[in-house]
Amino acid sequence: MTEKTIQEINSKIRDGSVCVVTADRMSEIVEEIGPEDAVKEVDVVTTGTFGAMCSSGVWMNFGHSDPPIKMQKVWLNDVEAYTGVAAVDAFIGATQISETEGMKYGGAHVIEDLVRGKIINLRSTSHGTDCYPKRSINTEITIDDLNQATMLNPRNAYQKYNVATNSSDKTIYTYMGTLLPRKGNATYSGAGDLSPLSNDPTYETIGMGTRIFLCGTQGHIIGEGTQHAPGANFGTIMVRGDLKDMSPEFLRAAILYRYGITLYVGIGIPIPILNEKLALSTAIKDSDISTSVLDYSIPRRSRPTIKTVTYADLKSGLIEIDGKEVKTSPISSYHVAKKIADTLKRWIEKGEFMLNLPAERLPPDTQVKPLRQTRELPLVKDVMLTNVTTIEQGSEVEEAAKRIIKGEFTHLPVVSKDDKLVGIVTAWDISKAVASKDKTLDEIMTKKVVTSDIDEPVEISAAKVEKHNISALPVIDKERKVVGILTSDDITKLVAKRRVK
Amino acid sequence: MKLLLRFLPEMIKSPLISEIILETGAKLNINKANVAPSGGEIVIDIPPDKVEDVIRAFKVRDVKVIVLEHPVIRDDERCVNCGACISICPVDVFEFGEDWSVDSNVDKCVRCGACVYGCPLCALSLGEEDV
Ligand code: SF4
Ligand code: SF4
Repeated sequence: MTEKTIQEINSKIRDGSVCVVTADRMSEIVEEIGPEDAVKEVDVVTTGTFGAMCSSGVWMNFGHSDPPIKMQKVWLNDVEAYTGVAAVDAFIGATQISETEGMKYGGAHVIEDLVRGKIINLRSTSHGTDCYPKRSINTEITIDDLNQATMLNPRNAYQKYNVATNSSDKTIYTYMGTLLPRKGNATYSGAGDLSPLSNDPTYETIGMGTRIFLCGTQGHIIGEGTQHAPGANFGTIMVRGDLKDMSPEFLRAAILYRYGITLYVGIGIPIPILNEKLALSTAIKDSDISTSVLDYSIPRRSRPTIKTVTYADLKSGLIEIDGKEVKTSPISSYHVAKKIADTLKRWIEKGEFMLNLPAERLPPDTQVKPLRQTRELPLVKDVMLTNVTTIEQGSEVEEAAKRIIKGEFTHLPVVSKDDKLVGIVTAWDISKAVASKDKTLDEIMTKKVVTSDIDEPVEISAAKVEKHNISALPVIDKERKVVGILTSDDITKLVAKRRVK
Repeated sequence: MKLLLRFLPEMIKSPLISEIILETGAKLNINKANVAPSGGEIVIDIPPDKVEDVIRAFKVRDVKVIVLEHPVIRDDERCVNCGACISICPVDVFEFGEDWSVDSNVDKCVRCGACVYGCPLCALSLGEEDV
């Protein structure tokens, strides 16, 4: 069995005899000459991916002003950066949205503007301390003024990703882009045969310290990414690189309409072909990588899988769902992914990029857990008042007044003869009517009643109370019979209790 | 050629399009129609030999006529050739070409606007030209 070492490959890089191929070509080579000869022929396979990677951002150090300030809040072009660290360090996250422009500009735009050398407004406030007396600052900076601008992305380069479609009859706007109604399209992400982690899925050569292509410069993997789930082929990496050397060709701010802001990040990992196992794993084809089509119209954590497809199916432009042809669109760019793999290949051939083995390999067995939700608000039926007093339609206003006084309620649901909700009157409506004397109950009641369902989470009722600016919600069953009442006071108490617990 | 027509609210009720088809003999294809209390907007496609007649016929009826010569405009510096626009466009203006770059055949565009929001890079916009 042929084996090679990184040192051997690096000396070939030094003397210019290294053989580098891009990952999309490796399957042909291995098919043609077999894995054993492929190890002899090919030294490095380059990969690439360019797509929306929300979990990205940049650590910055601004340097000290005079007098100095301990920056407690920082905004760059009105986009807030995280400052819960030392005095003049801050982290700008890609998805943070502008406080003045909303979803038109965000952290990713600040990052792209920094890379483009544009002038950025820096604002900061502080409570002032004995050693850092200054309380606010407002100034203009460029990337050259920063001591450090270090890209540090907690989760990038998903090995592969799910395909999104939408079975509802409305267009929905998601982090997978615009999804047309009735499964009108399907969107996907990831570079398939060029995908970095798919080319070495057991992470033989990838891990902490691996030198990579990152947004046009050389960066490093610093460990597994958050939500790294290798068992399900959903591996991710955490990466670091110097923003000052990056290029806007491989780093772009993007807006996913009605979803938010994101950063397109370009990553390429070189895979040294040390043995046959690596020759075979880098020979992966689009048709070898399968993924699930999920229904994104279901707003839950586990979305139903509609079917399984391969990247070859997806790249053909059409997939079949329920006997219907559905157009597919990537939201990541294969064109740029290929450019990244080509660029990395050129760097290695020119001796500008040396390979290294990782200090620690990525863990092969971590799992992703869902969030433990301990303070979830209960359902309406658990908290509503059930001894609710109602009044029949057509009754006298005086009668309504009596019942309100007797029951000590401020709201009185009005019901029809067969007990169905038809309106609601409040103590205030009644006192007005009594004062003017000439109104009937039917005239003073509110007919469009906002209601709650027994099985609805109280969170949803709370949102209704807030949206309609009302103080009580009759709870009805499927037949519109009043089964209880929920007051805004009850909701507020409940929410407050949960918070202090 | 495509024309964008802007109507005042009071014109919406009259059978304008039918009148103009009868008057000019042009075969109009309605690509898009929007009617709101503030007025209406219609995009039509007309055969090249009838362009002048049709424009004149609308203008005498006080309809604002905008020639849509560059229906959808792409900023090629901004575009990263992802292809997100491909499956959104109802008339297949976009498709993958050489090297997985995205080609566009803008003549087919009916100005529905879907791709303008659908492009994550904000590389697409709709052009307008008054006559
Ligand atoms: S969606 Fe935008 S960036 Fe992507 S290919 Fe279309 S125009 Fe280019
Ligand atoms: S505006 Fe509508 S028809 Fe024109 S290219 Fe965009 S999606 Fe297609």
